[in-house]
Amino acid sequence: MTALHDAPPASLRAPEEKPVKKNRFRRDRSLLLMVVPAVVLLLVFNYAPMFGTATAFQRYSIYAGFWHSPWTGLETFRQLFADPLFWSALGNTLMLSLVQLVLFFPVPIALAMLLHSIMSNKIRTIVQSVVYLPHFFSWVLAVTIFQQMLGGAGALNQFLRQNGIGTWDVMTDPDTFALLVTSQVIWKEAGWGIIVFLAALAAIDTQLYEAAAADGAGRWRRMWHITLPGIRGVIVLMLVLRLGNVLTVGFEQMLIQRGAVGRDAAEVLDTYAYFYGVVNANFSLGAAATLFKGVLSLLFLLAANKIAHLLGEDGLYRR
Amino acid sequence: MTVVTPLADPSRRNRNRPNWEEPPTAAGQTGKGVVLAIVVAVVLIPLWMVVLTSLSTQTAVNKAGGMVLVPDGLTLAAYKQIFTNQLVMHSLLVSLGITIVGTVISMVVTILCAYGLSRHGSYGHRLILMVLVITMFFSGGLIPTFLVVSALGGYDSYWSMILPTAVSVFNILVVRAFFSATSQELIDAAAIDGAGHWRTLWSVVLPTSRAVTAVVALFYAVGYWNTFFNALLFLPDNQKWPLQMVIYTYTLQGNAMPGSGQNTTGQYFGTQEITPLAIQMAVVTLTLVPILLVYPFVQRHFTKGVLLGAIKG
Repeated sequence: MTALHDAPPASLRAPEEKPVKKNRFRRDRSLLLMVVPAVVLLLVFNYAPMFGTATAFQRYSIYAGFWHSPWTGLETFRQLFADPLFWSALGNTLMLSLVQLVLFFPVPIALAMLLHSIMSNKIRTIVQSVVYLPHFFSWVLAVTIFQQMLGGAGALNQFLRQNGIGTWDVMTDPDTFALLVTSQVIWKEAGWGIIVFLAALAAIDTQLYEAAAADGAGRWRRMWHITLPGIRGVIVLMLVLRLGNVLTVGFEQMLIQRGAVGRDAAEVLDTYAYFYGVVNANFSLGAAATLFKGVLSLLFLLAANKIAHLLGEDGLYRR
Repeated sequence: MTVVTPLADPSRRNRNRPNWEEPPTAAGQTGKGVVLAIVVAVVLIPLWMVVLTSLSTQTAVNKAGGMVLVPDGLTLAAYKQIFTNQLVMHSLLVSLGITIVGTVISMVVTILCAYGLSRHGSYGHRLILMVLVITMFFSGGLIPTFLVVSALGGYDSYWSMILPTAVSVFNILVVRAFFSATSQELIDAAAIDGAGHWRTLWSVVLPTSRAVTAVVALFYAVGYWNTFFNALLFLPDNQKWPLQMVIYTYTLQGNAMPGSGQNTTGQYFGTQEITPLAIQMAVVTLTLVPILLVYPFVQRHFTKGVLLGAIKG
C-alpha cells in the first residue's frame, strides 16, 4: 500500500538495446551538463562536510585548519562522554521526542480522517488551506506568536490577570516545557502532516466501503476494518521515518527558546553541538556530538525499518 | 453501481455522499463542525491578534492589557515608525534580496538537474541519483558545514545565506517525478522536429509542469524568507541581518531596537501614540504578509500528486 514502490526504477523499464557506453555518453552529454550545478553544490556543501566530520577525531584549531590540526583518535569522544551536560542533552532529546511521538504523531492521522469524512468540498478546501498555513512560518515567527499568546505579557496572562486568577508564564516554565514544545509542533506542523494521510485515504477503493455497508457494517466498523488497515502502510512508513529522526527535535525551535526556559530543560543534542562547537569554539567536541547523533539515528532508522518488516509492511525499502 | 438500499430521503442527501452510506447524525455533524471550527480558530485567531495589535492605538493596547482581540481604535502609526526605521527597512531589503536571488538560483539548478535525471536509461543517471539520495540520509552536520562555509569565505557574506541551502534533493525528486511523467510522445515529437534537450525542456516539459514548479518555487522562497539560523551563524553584523534576525533580537528577546525611540529598559521616552508592542507586531506582520500574499495562488496545487511523487524516489 505504500506509495513507495508503484513505479519501477527507470532503468528497469528500458529494455531496448543499449548503445555502446561511449556513444551513450556522447548522446547524453547535455543531460549530464544539466546535472553539474546541483552535483557541484552537493559535493561542496554536503559531501565535503561529511568528510569534515573527521574533525571529531582531531583537536581542531581554527588557526591550524583541517589539514594541520593534530589527530587525537578517540580523545574527543572520551571528553564528550565524560560531560554530564552531554548526557543531559541526550536525555532531553529522547524525552522530548517521546512526548512528541505520543502526543503529536496521532494528531495528523485523526485530523486527516476527520477531514476525509467531510462531504462538502468547500468546507474541506477551506479547512485545508487554513491548517497548511502555519507550516510556512519560520520558527522565529511561530515562537513569537506563542510568546504573545502564552507568555508573561501575553493574551493568556492578560485574561488570567483580569479575572484575578494569578499568572502562569508558560514560555519560561521548565516543568511544562515538553508540552509547550509539542503544542508548538502541533500548531505549526499537524496541518501539513495530514497531506500524506489524505492521499492514502483517497486511495482506498470505495467499493470496499460499499460492500461492507451492504454486509451491514456501520461507520465505526468500516473505519476499523477498512479505513485504518487501508492507511496502515503509510502510518508505518511515517513512523519509521519519525523513529529515524528520534534524536532530532526542532533545532531552531529549541535554540530560540533555550534562553527563556533554561539549559536544563531545553538543551538538546543539536543545541549542545551548536553552543559547545560554534559558540565556545570547541569544534571537535561539537562534531563528535553530531557524529554520535548521526550514527545512533541511522541505527534507529534501520531498527525501525526491521520492525516494520516484521509487521509485514514495506517500511522505507522492500526486503 | 446500482442503488443498494435507499437509506435516507434522497432530497436531503449531499450529492457527494454515496447512496449506500447512512445519513449523517445530527450529533456527529455538530461534533465534526465544532472540532473543525476550533482547529481553524486556533490557527487564525493568533494571526488576527498579531495583525490587529500592530494596527492599534496606544489606548486600545493599554485597554486590552496587551494583545488586542477586538478592534478598538486603529492607526497606521506603527507602520510609519518601522518604515522610517533604517534597521527594519534594510533587513526587509536583505530578506527580499536573499529570497529572490536564492529562489532563482535554486529553481534553475533544480529544474536542470531534475530534467537531466528524468530521461529513462540516460548515461550514469542511476549513479547520480544515488549521489543525491545519500545526502538525504547522511549529513556532515552543523560543525563541519560551518567550517567548510567559513573556509570558503562565507562568514559575514550574503552568499552563505543562499548557496549552502540552494539544492533540496527532496525538491529535485518532486520535480523529476513530474518530468518523468511528461508524455514520451510529446518529447519524441519535439526530437523529430529537431529539438535538443535544452529546447525540449524549455518549450515542451516546462510549460506542462507549471503546477509542480510553482509549488517547489514556493518551498524554496519560503525557506529563504525564513532564513534564521544561517544568519545567526554567519552574519555577525546587524547591518546585514534579514528580517527574521530582527524579530528574534528585538521582539522575541525584547532588546531595544536602535532608532525606534525605545531606550534600553524597553520604555519609550517622549510622547508616543503607539506602544512598543504595536511596533513589534508590525515587524512580525511584515514577515507574515508576503507568505499570505503568495500562498493562495500556490495552495491549490498542493494536491496529492505533487507531493507524493517525492516519496517514490
